Amino acid sequence: MYSNAYKKLVSLPPLLWVGLFLLLPYALMLAHSFWAVRDGMLVRQPDLHNYVTLFSKPVYAAVLVRTMRIAAAVTLCSLLLGYPLAYYLSFHAGAPKELLYQLVIVPLWVSYLVRGYAWKTILGSEGVLNGFFEYLHLTHEPVAFLLYSPFAVVVMLTHIYTPFVFLPIYAALEHIPRTLVEASEDLGAGAAQTFLRVILPLSIPGLLAGATFAFVLSLGDFLAPLLVGGASSTMIANVVQSLFGAAYDRPLGSAISVGLVIITVSLLVLSERLEKRWRYQ
Amino acid sequence: MAANSLDPASAVLLEVRGVAKRFGTREVLRNISLTIAEGEFLTLLGESGSGKTTLLRLVAGFEEPTAGEIWMSGVRLDLLPPYQRRVNTVFQNYALFPHLSVRENVAYGLRVKKTAATEIDGRVDEALRMVKMQEFAASRPSKLSGGQQQRVALARALVNRPLLLLLDEPLSALDANLRKQMQSELKALQREMGITFLFVTHDQEEAMALSDRIALMRDGALEQVATAREIYAHPATAYTARFIGQTNLLRGEILDGMARCGAIEWPSDDPGGAAIFSLRPEAIRLASDAVALPGTARFRAALQQQFFSGASELLEVNCSGQLLRVRISARGPLSGEHEFVFSTADAVRVQE
Repeated sequence: MYSNAYKKLVSLPPLLWVGLFLLLPYALMLAHSFWAVRDGMLVRQPDLHNYVTLFSKPVYAAVLVRTMRIAAAVTLCSLLLGYPLAYYLSFHAGAPKELLYQLVIVPLWVSYLVRGYAWKTILGSEGVLNGFFEYLHLTHEPVAFLLYSPFAVVVMLTHIYTPFVFLPIYAALEHIPRTLVEASEDLGAGAAQTFLRVILPLSIPGLLAGATFAFVLSLGDFLAPLLVGGASSTMIANVVQSLFGAAYDRPLGSAISVGLVIITVSLLVLSERLEKRWRYQ
Repeated sequence: MAANSLDPASAVLLEVRGVAKRFGTREVLRNISLTIAEGEFLTLLGESGSGKTTLLRLVAGFEEPTAGEIWMSGVRLDLLPPYQRRVNTVFQNYALFPHLSVRENVAYGLRVKKTAATEIDGRVDEALRMVKMQEFAASRPSKLSGGQQQRVALARALVNRPLLLLLDEPLSALDANLRKQMQSELKALQREMGITFLFVTHDQEEAMALSDRIALMRDGALEQVATAREIYAHPATAYTARFIGQTNLLRGEILDGMARCGAIEWPSDDPGGAAIFSLRPEAIRLASDAVALPGTARFRAALQQQFFSGASELLEVNCSGQLLRVRISARGPLSGEHEFVFSTADAVRVQE
């Protein structure tokens, strides 16, 4: 048995960490969200005016809706790419499985920024894709919507978050006992029926976890809109960033952040509940 | 259907013709030929690694044979995918679908074959009643005990009315008492439904208790295929004799019409030469208990150990350096040297 002193000693660093770098900032953020800035000075008089602003000015709701639509599109695209990939690797890849798995993981080691710039050179008007289209005589002038559009943001974020979606789905698929697949075939189900009736339902916890990753991470992203998005695809985190920076309205920025935290935590709780409901083993 | 003899008039259901299976360079099955009659309970018996489960998986369609053919009722089975074979399997670990209730598990096969909903209900009820699991219809498999899961697995297979039911060590995960009970239920179910069973086990007692015929496998080949009684009374090889029940293997030779194994000898009209005989422990009796009959052999041996097991006891005796096991009905402690007898007909000559 460990002594009480020892237990206290080892739990101190994580407690300090959580306290200093998580709880304290959250508390500060929450406090700020009730304060105000007047004449360039922070006024510590709590009221709800920041929240009133958020709900009364349609621009914030519009940006939030756009952000959620982009996040939803990213989630959908990552699932459409990540699920088949995970399914193929887990059930049909055979011997090269390990290698392919590593290849899916490798992009995670490359800086987010580098990948963002890569998309800039691919999607830009002088970019790889437009050059290719012109070479094929498909187009005669650059396709403008490729870069600096919500489309570009979705492409870039999908590229970045697909491995995050792939991983939990792959883990869930790997956990499905292969005798269940054999049992299904034995009972008369072909590959499609086996997939729909056995494999898909048993992989739903992984699918939910992956979808939550993609959605929540996209929701808070501000680099993709900066790098490839342009003005037409400003997301909620960009608004927070400018409020904290140029606009010097930390209280309003904090109020938006509090809203984001509430949305994110609700999503996580919801996803957790759903995952539990679909978990049997 | 006759329970213990293979009725020659009954039609052949499954025919395995010269089947071989190789995994890479490893030869798992070698030239297996075997027929199963309609309504028969045939057991593939063997040690782990003998190839019995692989043979079962070939019949189910989870593996393809490297050579040979499998036919069932005039259809070439080995070319069909598993879902087109009228064969169902009870898996060793039951393989119940964890996300489906007991009822949905049992209905699975009928659902995927697009059976009418009303028919599904009736047949699932019937199958659940058959295995006495109606009251658990709404439960998830994870809430059931091993024996209950076993029953659901059986119902899930039988509800499809397969021509052939494959059972892969279905009782090996159950404790001894439950196992005995499930054995008797399985046997009764098979009689009642008249479905042909192909049963895999490594437990020779289980094989003998259940089967019409036993196919003993060894290193990927069939060692002997016969009824339990036949295989026990007339094992073809020393391996079979040792694997099925207990036996004494007497090694010696036949010379001038006499079989000699150490200090034990008896007249034999078998062809001469080196010989191995299998003599079951219960075929040997104490001379004091036996009436002297023609065709018996006698030997004296010193008692080394005595194991009491209720109705009978097992003696380990030493006959001039040769150790023999003798099973007699319980008769109290013994010691010293005794004379034993056996009928020479019970000393069965076997191949190495």
